[in-house]
Amino acid sequence: MGISRRNFVQISSALVAATVLSQAVLAAENTIKFGSVLDTSGGFAAYGKPMDMAMRLAVKKINSEGGLLGKQLEVVAYDTQSDMSLYSQYGQQLTRVDKVDVVHGGILSASREAIRQTMHKTKTPYFYNVLYEGGVCDRNIFINGVTPSQQAEVLVPYAMSQSGKNVYVLAADYNYGHITARWIEKFVKENGGEVVGLDFFPLDVADFGSTIAKIQAVGPDLVIAPLVGAAHLSFFRQWAASGMKDKIPLASTTLGVGNEHKVLTPEEGNGIIVAYNYSQELDTPLNKAFKQDWADTYGDSNAIHEIAVSNYQGVLTWAEGVKKAGSLDQDALISALESGISINGPSGKVSVDAQTHHAVLDVHLMVLDNQKMRVIKSMSELQPADTQAVCNLQTNPEDNQQYELGL
Amino acid sequence: MDLSFVLLIELLYAIASLILISSGLAVVFGMMKVINLAHGEFIMMGGFVTIVAENAGVNIFVAMLLVAPITVGLIGLVVERLIIRHLYGRLIDTMLATWGLSLFFVGLVTMIFGNTTTSITTPITGFSVGDYQVNGYNFFVILVAISLVTSMYIFLKTTRFGLIARGTMQDPDIATALGYSPARVYMATFFCGSALSGLAGAVLAPLVGLVPSSGATYIAKAFITVIGGGPSLIFGLVSSSAGFGLVNQFFTFYISPVYGEVALLISAVVLLRVMPQGITGKYFRGKM
Repeated sequence: MGISRRNFVQISSALVAATVLSQAVLAAENTIKFGSVLDTSGGFAAYGKPMDMAMRLAVKKINSEGGLLGKQLEVVAYDTQSDMSLYSQYGQQLTRVDKVDVVHGGILSASREAIRQTMHKTKTPYFYNVLYEGGVCDRNIFINGVTPSQQAEVLVPYAMSQSGKNVYVLAADYNYGHITARWIEKFVKENGGEVVGLDFFPLDVADFGSTIAKIQAVGPDLVIAPLVGAAHLSFFRQWAASGMKDKIPLASTTLGVGNEHKVLTPEEGNGIIVAYNYSQELDTPLNKAFKQDWADTYGDSNAIHEIAVSNYQGVLTWAEGVKKAGSLDQDALISALESGISINGPSGKVSVDAQTHHAVLDVHLMVLDNQKMRVIKSMSELQPADTQAVCNLQTNPEDNQQYELGL
Repeated sequence: MDLSFVLLIELLYAIASLILISSGLAVVFGMMKVINLAHGEFIMMGGFVTIVAENAGVNIFVAMLLVAPITVGLIGLVVERLIIRHLYGRLIDTMLATWGLSLFFVGLVTMIFGNTTTSITTPITGFSVGDYQVNGYNFFVILVAISLVTSMYIFLKTTRFGLIARGTMQDPDIATALGYSPARVYMATFFCGSALSGLAGAVLAPLVGLVPSSGATYIAKAFITVIGGGPSLIFGLVSSSAGFGLVNQFFTFYISPVYGEVALLISAVVLLRVMPQGITGKYFRGKM
């Protein structure tokens, strides 16, 4: 039989199907399916790529220690290409076709909300390992990023003590920026200050000239900038270029989360005040070992950033939960995690808060200094108080919504 | 008084930067009718070339005004020879090919430089106007845009090559009959267009957060400006940049940046409804 174009297609598709099927059968028996969905290309790749690298590092570590429940982990990862609509698609794919045992991922709050309900409905445990605006209350999700009460509540009083009472806020124009801006306003008021200006910027705005003129017309003592993504980085550069950097102090809740402080030159970045859970400069044995492990795997450790470490720690937290539960079952896993599990990661001790499924973690107040984050003050084991105030999954396990701060 | 002067500078800067990011596209799309979806990536590469050259010790102005345009122009030349020349007159195919190309360049630059590359600082410091601080580099950007438009005008209007180029764009068959090779004219034009994009990226590099995916920030605005401008290359470019720059800055300052962006897009829609051929389809007809 000669191979014509038509039967070539038939033969090859039969072969492919056979391979895929046999793999699927094998996989079901011997491995734990670990789902990951991240933007590893496109505009948010600077966030997503290192998160993906961190996830693979954590999985490698778990596998080299013998896996979980006697099985090896098998990563099923999808690249959402910085396109929010792909999240819904791959969320369905992971839960309904691949039938993974857990999903880690999502970067922007918009992407988390795009897949959260799919995970909830299909009872697939979901871990969102990113700094965010707080308030998500859903029994099926675990979140280990810092929230406004852990970040802004630390950052705002310190930045105000270094400058003054009048604050101008520049925020990204989507749910993260809007909600975070409200939190900042709350903390500014609590410290006896006032928000004298508030502007939102669509994610692709890269020209801040007239905004800088407007800020000067208002004349605040401090500027706080929860700006997101590559285009918004232009603000910090144009601010320095106009010579404003030494006139009005600047603080940010996002600059550096994706290593943006390495894109700015030292002259542009020095002195900007930030507060995060992690800094590459943390001088702890676990952080050193983590950076060494990263460098051994990927060549150098420059790519590590805040949410890459969150993702790494999210995977380790889940693994602890599975070990304690002795099963992959959603209910058993949730009960195990709620029993007060904590891990020691590169950023310090991270514990699961049973009431909100958020994390109790350390926060460091830092100043940018020669493209590094110099720690000024560390606070250990801060509670996710913003979410605790509105969400209690122990008394109301059926809750499934994101609370927003009403002002 | 001080504030209005500062705002005037910001307005001129906004117009100048629109002219810069659109000029390369105006040449390639306006003259050759090639929809180059990799236009943003040419701008991005201009920025990266400048950073590399400056780090290698080249004077920053040489890096911006010579090294970056020539390098990106040469990349454009290779692209034209390998891909674009096979697709002249096939609008949809060119779009697909150049879109693929844009993904390729983003991937390539990410592979070489990674996602975080330290940018360069502006070579001109800020200065004060009364109580206000102004970015001194804005004047440089405005100056570059003015010289760019003037030299493009002089080149197309007074030189022999300018005449041949315009003739070929108008009617390639007649140009062939007169003994000129359209293929070579297209090649040279594409080189110039790419070089202009490289220049834009280079000049803006000290002001923007440059990452491999930065091209996406420019592409939409460049297309809106060029299409809004209409058939005349230079008059179209200047008039639509001025119009959109004014609308965008006005709303950004007096209301908010969100309305600045919205107003720009709405004015583009209204403009194309009233003048489907763009501004120069109705006014300045027959000018360059």
